[in-house]
Amino acid sequence: MHLKYEATLREPLVNGHKTYGQVTEDIISPIERKPGRMWYVGFIFSLILLAFGVFSVTWTVYWGIGTWGLNRTVGWGWDITNFVWWIGIGHAGTLISAILLLFRQGWRTGVNRAAEAMTIFAVMCAGMFPIFHMGRVWDGFFVLPYPNTRGPLWPNFNSALLWDVFAISTYFTVSLLFWYSGLIPDFATVRDRAKTKFRKLAYGFASFGWTGSSKNWQRQEMLALVLAGLATPLVLSVHTIVSFDFATSVIPGWHTTIFPPYFVAGAVFSGFAMVNSLLVLTRKILHLEDYITIGHLEAMNKVIVLTGSIVGIAYLSELFIAYYSRSIGEMDEFKWRILGPYWWSYWAMMTCNVVSPQFFWIKKLRRNVTFTFIMSIVVNIGMWFERFVIIVTSLYRDFRPAAWVYYSPTWAEVGFYLGTFGLFFTCYFLFAKYFPVVAVAEIKFNLKTSGESYKKQMLAIEEIPNDEFFLQQQAAHHHDLDHEHAH
Amino acid sequence: MAIKKFAVAAYDDEEVLFPAVKAVRKSGYKLHEVYTPFAVHGLDAVVGHKESDLHIAGFIYGITGTATALGFMSWIFTGDWPMNFGGKPHFALPAFIPITFELTVLFSAVGMVLTYCYLNQIMPGVKKHVFHKRQTDDFFTLVIEMTGDTSDIEVLDFLKTTGAIETKVEVAESEWWYGRWDKKENYELAAG
Repeated sequence: MHLKYEATLREPLVNGHKTYGQVTEDIISPIERKPGRMWYVGFIFSLILLAFGVFSVTWTVYWGIGTWGLNRTVGWGWDITNFVWWIGIGHAGTLISAILLLFRQGWRTGVNRAAEAMTIFAVMCAGMFPIFHMGRVWDGFFVLPYPNTRGPLWPNFNSALLWDVFAISTYFTVSLLFWYSGLIPDFATVRDRAKTKFRKLAYGFASFGWTGSSKNWQRQEMLALVLAGLATPLVLSVHTIVSFDFATSVIPGWHTTIFPPYFVAGAVFSGFAMVNSLLVLTRKILHLEDYITIGHLEAMNKVIVLTGSIVGIAYLSELFIAYYSRSIGEMDEFKWRILGPYWWSYWAMMTCNVVSPQFFWIKKLRRNVTFTFIMSIVVNIGMWFERFVIIVTSLYRDFRPAAWVYYSPTWAEVGFYLGTFGLFFTCYFLFAKYFPVVAVAEIKFNLKTSGESYKKQMLAIEEIPNDEFFLQQQAAHHHDLDHEHAH
Repeated sequence: MAIKKFAVAAYDDEEVLFPAVKAVRKSGYKLHEVYTPFAVHGLDAVVGHKESDLHIAGFIYGITGTATALGFMSWIFTGDWPMNFGGKPHFALPAFIPITFELTVLFSAVGMVLTYCYLNQIMPGVKKHVFHKRQTDDFFTLVIEMTGDTSDIEVLDFLKTTGAIETKVEVAESEWWYGRWDKKENYELAAG
């Protein structure tokens, strides 16, 4: 047999001594238990938020967009800010599952399932905003290119807003397929150990009749690899296209070529922060500390400090280019961002996104759970302000000073935003209760290379000098070959 | 529907499973399938499956998406209803790229997942026989199809020598069917 080996220098991904059976037990048993009090409190709170959101949206649809604080000058306010914010958060899941799969990063297995779920829920929340911003939502299907009685008159395929329709719907579909194709084998595991009639029926249905035959697994691996290959450029394209919504216009502050990479880095930054917020709580409530380890949190914090710094450099280059352009509109725009009536949003963004992640250069803080949690919230606040700065503070001072305004949201806009939190957390709580929160099969796949107790067995082998080890292996190999020939 | 007789062996370690599968194939018994709780690398080759061509299907679906998007947008803006957007060219290839890319990915992903489900014969409502209730948990389950001249005891003894920790003979449906997972089927082998 070949030796499964990973250097013991590399931190284990599964702590403690686990057998395959123990992995199943640890991850699946929360589904079979009654949820704790924390779960009920959180779930009911989410439902209340969701109900308030439904009320706010109903109010908006009934009375029209006039219920919002938008006006002739500021046509995009909280709605598009929230849209970009949620879409950004929705980038971490597919980044973790697709890009880290291609890079063969073993640590993704501990967090990919929850991160992908988060992606799907975040994209659902994001999609609400442009849809209801249309005003007459019942005419929303006009964005689709279908044969119609208006000519047929088609949508404008040259418009970045239409590209967005295609990008986000594709992203949602592909993320969902990727997520579910990984869930099927795990649902089969839940089904086969189910005691109750209902669970057998429900998970039997959800597992599509998966039995785990070697041919099915072979195709599953191929599917995961190709979907990862497709999803990798897809993730990058989605926020690139979102940034085109701004960059293809001629508004000072928006009309810059730096936007696509700057938006993608920001998306990964906020997405990883949200993953950290959720996982710090999930691992504690479901007792999954052995699978979602401090090492996992640290790896994500490293991505946060990297992308936070990229975003910081983007902010500074924007400022420099505004100055370097000698364009009055551009220079004024950035001066007002820093010192104008919305100065607080600019400085909130700078503090939360550029200054605070720099603490993560310190290893001790990267590995501190409480600090990680606080930082993940701070980063998400910062990223919300970034979108607010880009959108509102580029619009509120128009080309004509007579049109200058100050925009604030109404309760209906705030309620809509809170409602999407309700939707997001309602979905997440249901996910945490009924779905395997960690990819069971993938953990088992990595267990013998990266499990703590299995890695310890390798210590003895690491002691052997290289030459001697080589000879031993060669001898064993020849023995195998002789054995084969003998038959 | 084909009800057949099978010999089932369960192993608790993939390191034992590999030589066992090799031994079964060498012995001449008819290997039905091997079931594992996770993707075991290299097992497909040992069982004797040829490589999957799913990626080729994905490529074909992908270029179908490319052609659909590019063809459709070009036809609309040069043939069906040319519109003037600020004097820009009707055939604005760079502006068509984002949607073309998205549809390539969409067609490829959706097509490939549907093909995957079709080939694997998995779908909501599909039921298949589970030979060992721990085959999706922590056991590696090897199944031999019993042909007319195979003796039960002989096969089970042979499987035990390969390191199986549990062995049994079972009559089961070899294909998939529509069914409820909370109901249990009883099979009987047709006479003769």
